[in-house]
Amino acid sequence: MSEQAELSFEQAMKQLEDIVEKLEAGDVPLEKAIDYYQEGMQLSKLCNDKLVNVQDKMVKIMNEQGTLEPFDVQEEE
Amino acid sequence: MSEQYLTVTALTKYLKRKMELDPHLRNVWLRGEISNFKLHTRGHMYLTIKDDQARMQAVMFAGSNKNLTFMPENGMNVLVRGEVNVFESYGQYQLYIKEMEPDGIGALYLAFEQLKEKLENKGFFDPVHKKPIPPIPKHIGVITSPTGAAVRDILTTITRRFPLADATVLPVLVQGPNAAASITGAIEQANQMDLFDVLIVGRGGGSIEELWSFNEEIVATAIFNSKIPIISAVGHETDTTISDFVADLRAPTPTGAAEMAVPSRLELLDRTSELERRLQRALSGLYSEHEKTLKRLMSSYAFRYPQQLVSQKEQQLDTASERLQRTFDNQLTRLGTNLRQLDLRLMQQHPERQVETASTDVKLLEKNLQRAMGWIVDKEKVDLSTMISKLSLLNPLEIMKRGFSVPYSNDGAIIKSVQQLDKGDQLSIRLADGVANCQVIDTKENRNE
Repeated sequence: MSEQAELSFEQAMKQLEDIVEKLEAGDVPLEKAIDYYQEGMQLSKLCNDKLVNVQDKMVKIMNEQGTLEPFDVQEEE
Repeated sequence: MSEQYLTVTALTKYLKRKMELDPHLRNVWLRGEISNFKLHTRGHMYLTIKDDQARMQAVMFAGSNKNLTFMPENGMNVLVRGEVNVFESYGQYQLYIKEMEPDGIGALYLAFEQLKEKLENKGFFDPVHKKPIPPIPKHIGVITSPTGAAVRDILTTITRRFPLADATVLPVLVQGPNAAASITGAIEQANQMDLFDVLIVGRGGGSIEELWSFNEEIVATAIFNSKIPIISAVGHETDTTISDFVADLRAPTPTGAAEMAVPSRLELLDRTSELERRLQRALSGLYSEHEKTLKRLMSSYAFRYPQQLVSQKEQQLDTASERLQRTFDNQLTRLGTNLRQLDLRLMQQHPERQVETASTDVKLLEKNLQRAMGWIVDKEKVDLSTMISKLSLLNPLEIMKRGFSVPYSNDGAIIKSVQQLDKGDQLSIRLADGVANCQVIDTKENRNE
């Protein structure tokens, strides 16, 4: 799980899709299938968590020196 | 009178001063048609401006014509602003053009059409060059003005739809003379940073002049050369710029660009739960399949009647061992018989027996030999006496005893024909009891042949 914590959402999603496809192909040995299933459920949870427990990302702006600093999106009055 | 003569140069300079002092000639607005247009390699443009009745030489130096948004052509009606002055070397007055724009048709529209055609011919709009937009981007670069509705629409849409993605604004000027260079610079900078996986380039709505930087060739080229996929979002849906044609994806509005750049969080939640369902379904399908197989195996004959299976095997074992014993016995008997036969044959071939046979043979052969020898000797004796009596019959002396004689010539040869004899030849005749020497009186040959 510590390994999966490093995964980006896109990577996790891709892995999850690959696993589902492998399992659906049906020619996986049962023990391997259980491993896949557990891994898939973890990935699914990971994706879900990322989507649900998301904190608003800080939008940044690049200054003239080419470094990034926080950017406040001004709502229209 | 002679001091009244002027040099050509002096008169030309005088005229030039006159013209330069006339404020009307300093700033002339002129309408006419271009002819004899020539673009010099150093960038200056030489042309004639004419109407139905008159024509005037004109030049537009590189410094002035670099701001032209279109390329002048012969036959084009133009509005020009410039000053009239004298070109001293030729003694010729001409119009020095500062600004020029097409008459009748909008300059920008013309420039737009010209650049569009040019870039289209260069393949900038070709779908083969369009890069795919990543389905789930990690970091979106937003190249637009940091103020105004466009940047706000883009950023709020991104964070609302897909808060997982980072977004960074690369602030640029989006109108005015420096906008094109500013936008171009930001696109190039973004490409050097290895940070963004998609770029949104755009601005909010405005007049064609305000949107103009997105119709500039340098911006189009920067978009075309970008390795990062670019979504263009310039103005409203009805505004179409060159950038829109070159970009990998064209969005109708800035908000639309943000929607195209990121997936919706809610859609992704649906997607993950769908994947989860498929995962469970696949596994339970696999389970029930294995379960079915297991049940089938458990209900098989072997599991239901194990004893039967064993006794059947036992019976098979008995049969097999019986067969083994029988085969073994048969083999033994057969081999014993063989052995006895061989023994017998061997005994028959015993050497003593052979010696016996051989000595019997020898005795028999000896007897035969002796008998044969006896026969041969007897036969030879008979033959000899027969030969002797035959010989005695043939003895010439015996024949001569019966009255025959033999004539010999002087040289001792036997005379067999009268032809060997001539009258008076000496010969001797041998009789049984002696020899008579004779002379031939006459010869007479028999004619009975």
